[in-house]
Amino acid sequence: MTKITMTVNGKSVSKDVEGNTLLVSLLRDDLRLTGTHVGCDTSQCGACTIHVNGNAVKACTMFAIEADGADVATIEGQANSDGSLNVIQQAFQDHHGLQCGFCTPGMVMSAAALLKDNPKPSEAEVRHYLDGNICRCTGYHNIVKAIMAASGQDVSAIAAE
Amino acid sequence: MPKDGGIGASTTRREDVRFLTGRGQYSDDIMTFGECAAVFARSTVANGTIKSINTDAAAAMPGVLAIFTGEDFVEVGGNPAGWAINSRNGDPMKEPKRPVLAHGKVRHVGDAYAAVIAETVQQGRDAAEAIEIDIEEHDAVINMKDALAGTNYVHDEIGTNQCFDWGWIEDNRDATDAAIKGAHHVTTLELVNNRLVPNAMEPRCSIGSYNPGTGDYKLQTTSQNPHLTRLLISAFVMGIPENKLTVIAPDVGGGFGSKIYHYGEEALVLAAAKRLGRTVKWTSDRSEAFLTDAHGRDHVTKIELALDAEGNFLAFRTETHANVGAYLSNFATATPTFLHGTLMAGNYTVPNVYVNVKAVFTNTAPVDAYRGAGRPEATYSLERVIDMAAREIGMDPVELRRKNFIKPDQFPFASAAGLEYDSGNYDALMDQMEKVADKAGFAKRRAESEAKGLLRGFGVNAYVEACGIAPSNLVGILGARVGLYDAATVRVNATGNLSVMVGAHSHGQGHETVFPQVVADMLGIDAGSIDIVHGDTSKIPFGMGTYGSRSLAVCGSAVVRATEKIIAKATKIAAHMLEASESDIEFTDGTFGVVGTNKSVSFGEVALKAYIPHQFPIEDIEPGLEETAFYDPANFTFPSGAYCCEVEVDPETGKVCVDRMTAVDDFGNVINPMIVTGQVHGGLGQGIGQALMENTTYDPDGQLLSASYMDYAMPRADDLPFYTVDHSQGTPCTHNPLGVKGCGEAGAIGSPPTVVNAVIDALQSGGKNVTHIDMPVTPHRVWSAMKNAG
Repeated sequence: MTKITMTVNGKSVSKDVEGNTLLVSLLRDDLRLTGTHVGCDTSQCGACTIHVNGNAVKACTMFAIEADGADVATIEGQANSDGSLNVIQQAFQDHHGLQCGFCTPGMVMSAAALLKDNPKPSEAEVRHYLDGNICRCTGYHNIVKAIMAASGQDVSAIAAE
Repeated sequence: MPKDGGIGASTTRREDVRFLTGRGQYSDDIMTFGECAAVFARSTVANGTIKSINTDAAAAMPGVLAIFTGEDFVEVGGNPAGWAINSRNGDPMKEPKRPVLAHGKVRHVGDAYAAVIAETVQQGRDAAEAIEIDIEEHDAVINMKDALAGTNYVHDEIGTNQCFDWGWIEDNRDATDAAIKGAHHVTTLELVNNRLVPNAMEPRCSIGSYNPGTGDYKLQTTSQNPHLTRLLISAFVMGIPENKLTVIAPDVGGGFGSKIYHYGEEALVLAAAKRLGRTVKWTSDRSEAFLTDAHGRDHVTKIELALDAEGNFLAFRTETHANVGAYLSNFATATPTFLHGTLMAGNYTVPNVYVNVKAVFTNTAPVDAYRGAGRPEATYSLERVIDMAAREIGMDPVELRRKNFIKPDQFPFASAAGLEYDSGNYDALMDQMEKVADKAGFAKRRAESEAKGLLRGFGVNAYVEACGIAPSNLVGILGARVGLYDAATVRVNATGNLSVMVGAHSHGQGHETVFPQVVADMLGIDAGSIDIVHGDTSKIPFGMGTYGSRSLAVCGSAVVRATEKIIAKATKIAAHMLEASESDIEFTDGTFGVVGTNKSVSFGEVALKAYIPHQFPIEDIEPGLEETAFYDPANFTFPSGAYCCEVEVDPETGKVCVDRMTAVDDFGNVINPMIVTGQVHGGLGQGIGQALMENTTYDPDGQLLSASYMDYAMPRADDLPFYTVDHSQGTPCTHNPLGVKGCGEAGAIGSPPTVVNAVIDALQSGGKNVTHIDMPVTPHRVWSAMKNAG
């Protein structure tokens, strides 16, 4: 066991972990931050996407010990300080960018990372960026639309409701 | 209409807040003090006789609490088939036992033969690997035609690999044969409806617990229908009395059919919980999901369309081999028969239809209903052969369809495949599709594509499907072993807000938002004061859950009926409060008034009176305000649509890109247009995935080659376009109170033939005489087809 310390959603956390404990296990099983989901075992689906030092990372593909000293952000820390939905979360609700909700935390975390680097992405850029996040419910239409809307772009010309 | 959204409002979803903030609670998110883990040992061979299983070494490993094998479940029942099918000769279908754990034989890769219960998942995995199994391996039965021809049986005890040989409608057989024989033109097409894995993003998870002090069991599980799961476990598999078993399906991350069924893992965690007195949890990983979730489709079909000299359809004749896998999943026998054969008249006035389906056991994972369930297979066969016929007789594919459409004044229409369609207007759908898709602008877009060196194709199709399953009396005659009603309880609380307990289960469909819209509209109160309770057998009335696009048409109708009872009783109470005759009470906008006076009481005041019944006519009216209704529909509902698709094909590589996709659907009345549109989007994504990318492949030894997201081509965001979706041409369902039809599966039903038709059109436009390519239409298949066509 190794003692590690990190900041998770702004709070300092210390835990003793085994060398083979995945970061996603630390978050879900030890810290009970179950908003980060596990949808596959090959780093493909992106449901476990979080931020480590501001970068989008698949938490299933990183050992907890590698995050020692890091600044970690998960879906549970994304809402505004008054508890209201942040701009991306609100856009997902407004544009029906989620159905079953299982891939949603990963989608929101990926979208945040995209918009940080590319504040006004084109449709093609959004679609390309989401290559590592699989959704089975929405056909992606409203996810792409929501992310473009969250970036401040006018999406009213994109079809439907 | 209530101020925060009644019927017809695109109300945003209230469930979104918890999902967007990481506060949903899916099964694997539930952590119980003292829980332990179940891990399954699964067969690595497709077909083998178990000679021995030695668990001694595994049992001695750290953290191991118990090991179960098939021996432990010999005395309990099997997981049953929910629909009995008789063969053409009258013989009942073959129903080999499907045990909790394999016993005697393993029958597909992934078939579980043992389960380890350990303190942690990791300890369980290590121990499962240490179980010694001696298996005598046999040749695998994979190909359906080989399976029927040979004597190597998946289930030795039934002496055949044929589950049934079904004819629909057998009395139509001779007339159909005669119509084809005498026809001016017959188009014949052999095709494959490719095998798919549903791939809900949340893997299955089951948590069993047992209280030795009360004898009560609890199962928290990824289910689309907790009451059905409880019934199967209680009545068929484990014999646990229903009143001693609570089944809870909490937030469920997608289903698409795969979570309708009871699986052995659910029984195992209950048995283990009882033996150990501990909570036992199993969570599937994605590899297990590929190996063990019920797969979908997998039909091999020959279809013939007979036409007269004017292009009138005379007959459709279909022969299908349907793979049911190694064991019968709960609705495996209904999907290729009554959900497929009965739709084989399509949207058309064709007088003769005959369908023959042979269901075949193979050494592969069980196959069952997946989004659309039989109707995508029917639509694909019909709409591909119609397109091929149009090309052969030199007629525009839209015009050929229009010529044979059932016309609006012909409804209700008795189809040649045995269903009575209640409403529809197929020409109006086609008109609207041509308009919103800008069909007129296609030639210009084709020229632009050609200028880039790409081939552009326009594909079209129509569909009709049967949803809202279904009338219990009818399906009972057809072999269903369950009733298919649904139920709702509307509880008005003393302070005037409501809890509505429903049998339907939401795993992405937005019931928590939509059902309150209906009740709010009826009661004239705000939807925000109404909450939905679902997914817990200890809280909800006995309902049949969510599948087959049935939630609103069936359970929503039960909600309406229960709310009508609430209004009726509240009216009585109001009459008493207002000292008026019940017949003089008028209920509008949430207020009970006496006709012709200004006397009134609000809905909230009536609710309070019902629970604080002072000065109450107790001899005439019971206190309280809570009503339950069960609703059993009079017929299926029949959503229909006209779809089109434009693809660009790169003639150098064979790569297909869907550039435009338009879905015009008739869902009857629409309660929440935003959610309905989202349902269509999802179906389109899955349908385009089936057409272009997804395929489930077993090698001849029965090894699943497409068992991860590295190998199974799930559609990603950059594989799909924005869609144009329209449901402005609805014709209300005539037999349910909301006039709704069901929208959950349409996109996946209507889109695959549209895409393939467009690809063929593109290749033909490039001078390539390609008439058919099987799905998935991958670059390699397109390139090969072009090459072979010269």
